[in-house]
Amino acid sequence: MPNSISKQVVVALVENKPGVLNRVASMFRRRNYNVDSLTVGRTHKGHVSRMTIVVDVARTDVKQIVANLYKLVNVIDVKALTGEPHISRDLALIKVRTDDVDSRNTVTEVCERYPARIVDIGTKYAIIEIAAQEDLVEHLIDELRPIGIVELVRTGVVAMGRGVRILDTDYEPVNHHVTASDLERYGV
Amino acid sequence: MLLSGSEIVMECLLREGVDVIFGYPGGAILPTYDAMTRYPQIHHVLVRHEQGATHMADGYARATGRVGVCIATSGPGATNLVTGLATAMMDSVPIVAITGQVPRAAIGTDAFQETDVTGVTIPVTKHNYLVSDIHELAYCIKEAFFIARTGRPGPVLIDIPKDVQNEKIEFVYPEEEIRLPGYRPPTAANESDVFAARDLINQAKRPIILAGHGIMMSGAVQELRELSERAQIPVTLTLLGKGAMPEDHPLCVGMMGMHGNAASNHAIQEADLIIALGMRFDDRVTGNLKTYAVNAKKIHIDIDPSELNKNVKVDVGIGGDLQTVLKQILPGVEGNTHQEWVNQIRDWQEDSNERDILYNYDGDKLLAAQVINDLWRYTDGEAVTVTDVGQHQMIEAQYYPHRRPATMLTSGGLGTMGFGFPAAIGAKFGRPDEPVWAIVGDGGFQMTMCEMATAMQENVGVKIAIINNGFLGMVRQWQEFFYEERYQSTPMLSPDFCKLAEAFGMPSMRVTERSQIEEAVNFANSYEGPVLIEFVVEKEEVVYPMVPAGADLDKMIRRPKKGEQ
Repeated sequence: MPNSISKQVVVALVENKPGVLNRVASMFRRRNYNVDSLTVGRTHKGHVSRMTIVVDVARTDVKQIVANLYKLVNVIDVKALTGEPHISRDLALIKVRTDDVDSRNTVTEVCERYPARIVDIGTKYAIIEIAAQEDLVEHLIDELRPIGIVELVRTGVVAMGRGVRILDTDYEPVNHHVTASDLERYGV
Repeated sequence: MLLSGSEIVMECLLREGVDVIFGYPGGAILPTYDAMTRYPQIHHVLVRHEQGATHMADGYARATGRVGVCIATSGPGATNLVTGLATAMMDSVPIVAITGQVPRAAIGTDAFQETDVTGVTIPVTKHNYLVSDIHELAYCIKEAFFIARTGRPGPVLIDIPKDVQNEKIEFVYPEEEIRLPGYRPPTAANESDVFAARDLINQAKRPIILAGHGIMMSGAVQELRELSERAQIPVTLTLLGKGAMPEDHPLCVGMMGMHGNAASNHAIQEADLIIALGMRFDDRVTGNLKTYAVNAKKIHIDIDPSELNKNVKVDVGIGGDLQTVLKQILPGVEGNTHQEWVNQIRDWQEDSNERDILYNYDGDKLLAAQVINDLWRYTDGEAVTVTDVGQHQMIEAQYYPHRRPATMLTSGGLGTMGFGFPAAIGAKFGRPDEPVWAIVGDGGFQMTMCEMATAMQENVGVKIAIINNGFLGMVRQWQEFFYEERYQSTPMLSPDFCKLAEAFGMPSMRVTERSQIEEAVNFANSYEGPVLIEFVVEKEEVVYPMVPAGADLDKMIRRPKKGEQ
């Protein structure tokens, strides 16, 4: 769970370029840092992607991890969120066996107690969706386990600090393509 | 101007001030080799193995402070660069490696001589590029040189598909400044850290400076000297820090660490303040971290913030450019004498002198320590020495005191055997007017001795001193101390090095007596081109002192004093 002592949530803005995920993953492997989850997706700026990385810091100071991430040329900004007010969400799709009335009722009842909903239900299986803090997702999974989980997928944690904007996104990528006006400017 | 990708490469190299590149041609880089014919201003040195090219670029960079350049083809050519890139990465040496890649359409198809070289080299480069758009090529090269030489320097690789080398575009050199959103090496320290560091320095009773490679890379030699002299703070050097302070300076205690000066190691353990400048607390200099300098407050200044608190927890950690930060700190540093402390270190030094093999050896064998010390004497201590890795390297560090920065080049972090000779060739290209000696062991030399042909073809005046003890000496030493003298795979049969030299057309001389050393140096100096001197030395010499791996820094295995044996 992200809020327990040995887990830290780190968010990083990276250039949206091929191979950047590989560089980040390679650094974590090389430095022997333990990654719990790593998510990456584009931001509102097409050239910037954002990563949320949950790391086990039992053996490493999170400052080291932040410094090493920041050292990667394609990493624009990094922040450790744990310890600061933040929102974190983990999304899970959980397929459970619902081939009798009992199990269907139990699933419905359990889901009511969580920020979860049944997004697909058939005669044999139901798919439950939950987007919540990681510990809630864990609890839901534990409750559904006795009913019979047949398939499960999680996105990993995404997180965002509360309050003012904390990460620097103010940059525009260099355009390498030479335009006609460039040629004019350089007198070609 | 309509230029091909390969011509753009050459244009960019020219604009970076490159005048020599080290490399080996092959299919995927052929367009760039063809372009070289139109750029005679850039001299290409044909190596005999691509690893040699990286070490030459590395030696050139270490000797000049400029970016060294090497070039190779795809696949095996590129993978052969890996050891040299890792060597440069560990020692923060700026090199740019250019590799050919199979054409874009063939990438990912396991084409002939295809290797994912950007993937392979991610962990051993500071950054790398696969240039998939010719419009980005010039900018990538400019960025690569910028990244290689700024901040904490390091190797950068540029992989260029063959069809990108062939494609033609209207070329405009990107004159604009490099803009990298995620690359902002720190420069100055903040005020509170400067005050904190200054306070610790002014209050210390037993301070010691640990000076590393960063002193020379940031050009802080003067500032280091000012700090040391004003407050009378003794200076101890890392292996790569040799040259940061003249070793004949009264405040210079010499090297620290596993085979460092015992006085340095004692001083570190007894100090109440450690001022670590441009070094990274490698395990070879700290020994057991749990008992390392426990009495000392610690200030650590390094350009790379990820080095702070990595191995050793410090009281004041400053990520910044060393020269800038020292200039910030210096104005408030008070004069001091630290007389008692300096005397204490002199006593330790005296004890070391009594154990020096140069003064208490009665045998008649030639010793490596004698060879190195005489080389120092007969080169007036002014040669640029480039060592390989092993006993001779440590003996060089102990018996060849250096006065000037960047006069001792060695693979410290990675400990790359085979580095010395090719790196010396590169260094000689960088500093053609200075004597350059490759000091190598019989083992390491044989790893890259194919570059003798390169040295001959280029007539580059490197003097090779092979310290031949018929063993992989340092490994043998560990076997002697820690494996009950079971010398598995360390005795080594070597070719007749002088006959080998003859085969390459290289003048050579074999030295078996100390009295021949001066003559050998004169012999070497009498040729403009490369010369090989083989020194046949005592087989089972041991490098003292030695801190066993993981032991406390002051628990050294010492050479007995005379009469104590």
